[in-house]
Amino acid sequence: MAADLDRHTVRVVLPYHLYTLARCSTTEVELDLTGPVTLAAVLDALEAAYPMLAGAVRDRVTGQRRPLVRFYACQDDLSNIAPDALLPYEVAAGREPLVVVGAIAGG
Amino acid sequence: MPRIRVLVGTRKGAFILTSDAARNDWQVSGPHFGGWEIFHIAGSPANPDRLYASQTSSWFGQVIQRSDDGGATWNPVGNDFAYVGDPGTHLYYDGTAKPWAFKRVWHLEPSPTDPDTVYAGVEDAALFRSTDGGLTWQELPALREQQGAKWMPGAGGMCLHTILLDPVNPARMYVAISAAGAFRSDDGGASWKPVNRGLHSQYIPDPQAEVGHCVHRIAMHPARPETLFMQKHWDVMRSDDAGDSWFEISGNLPSDFGFAMAVHAHEPDTVYVVPILSDSEHYPPEGKLRVYRSKAGGNAWEALTDGLPQQHCYVNVLRDAMAVDSLDPCGVYFGTTGGQVYVSPDAGDHWQAIVRDLPAVLSVSVQTLP
Repeated sequence: MAADLDRHTVRVVLPYHLYTLARCSTTEVELDLTGPVTLAAVLDALEAAYPMLAGAVRDRVTGQRRPLVRFYACQDDLSNIAPDALLPYEVAAGREPLVVVGAIAGG
Repeated sequence: MPRIRVLVGTRKGAFILTSDAARNDWQVSGPHFGGWEIFHIAGSPANPDRLYASQTSSWFGQVIQRSDDGGATWNPVGNDFAYVGDPGTHLYYDGTAKPWAFKRVWHLEPSPTDPDTVYAGVEDAALFRSTDGGLTWQELPALREQQGAKWMPGAGGMCLHTILLDPVNPARMYVAISAAGAFRSDDGGASWKPVNRGLHSQYIPDPQAEVGHCVHRIAMHPARPETLFMQKHWDVMRSDDAGDSWFEISGNLPSDFGFAMAVHAHEPDTVYVVPILSDSEHYPPEGKLRVYRSKAGGNAWEALTDGLPQQHCYVNVLRDAMAVDSLDPCGVYFGTTGGQVYVSPDAGDHWQAIVRDLPAVLSVSVQTLP
């Protein structure tokens, strides 16, 4: 039973350019992952499911969030949380999505 | 009956323009990858249906797309451009040392013989090669050993924008970097040397400086690969010894500043440039969009204007936005930052716009299909 408790289905909302790059028909994808639901774990699962997104959300070398990408969940800006910080329980439970947003910039 | 396929990269997507050999009636496909910057698209000479595209975004980084059906469908391939070892630092605009960091692919150069082999010129400047159709990329790091710590970005970034593969000697290749200069390898990229002797740049105090020159473009005719033509930041240059020495051929050009350059497909001494007013005013002199052609390998230039706007024109023609086909008569093509793509089906004598309202054109390459 303990192993089951470690399994999560997390919802991630992608911006237009990323869900079209990933060949998804909708803006929201579901990802299965095991273990603590951290930002890094969700992004690992996202890139494993959609390898073409590797490097598109976070830098391949440093692992840092790309400067014009932001993360939100449960009405909070999570863009600057540590990669190994736990995401809100509502995200881990699949009740709220992690929202990936392309920052507003330019004209 | 041969056909022409023009591959156009723009600020907001890729467009593919096709025509029969008459080059009068064009079909336009696109935008592909709408909303993304497409720095360059190139077709494999060994398999014209194999295309590679550099798709990039300040938001979402670099994607390399590959098509195996002439651009009808595309698939993302590898985008892991990892420098070999610790790339160290290069000079920044303010003179400080800045760590090398990959930003985007400026130019893709497919092998003339192997559809799965393609070179990529990237920012921050380095040369990569894939031998598996773009799935994986390996840097040729010896290039950065050529005083890379002294390289400095041009205004557009520290980009490796030109890759020339010698069609006669497969071990020889050239690259050009803004603002580091031109470099040659005679051993397939295992080692390099700067080939900038004879270049003079007013912003470099040392007249013998081996690196630091802002080369905008180099062009070559495949039948005479030891002769190179260069559009530099200022000055149009020529080398007849594979870049070992350069001499100026600006001659009677109204401005020797510019970006784009091409060589006629069948006449090794016929060269095309598009003069731009100055480094501070990136538009044509007098508001007249003129291609200049020299049939003498430089110095004596004639303005080609028929069909091009001769008043109130303030577009730019970027370094990768001019190309030729291999029909006879040779077709010449260029795209502008105003979104026009022009063709001359008669080697520059007459021009017409294929399209007028694309996003700003970053690159134009041409395939002559059997």
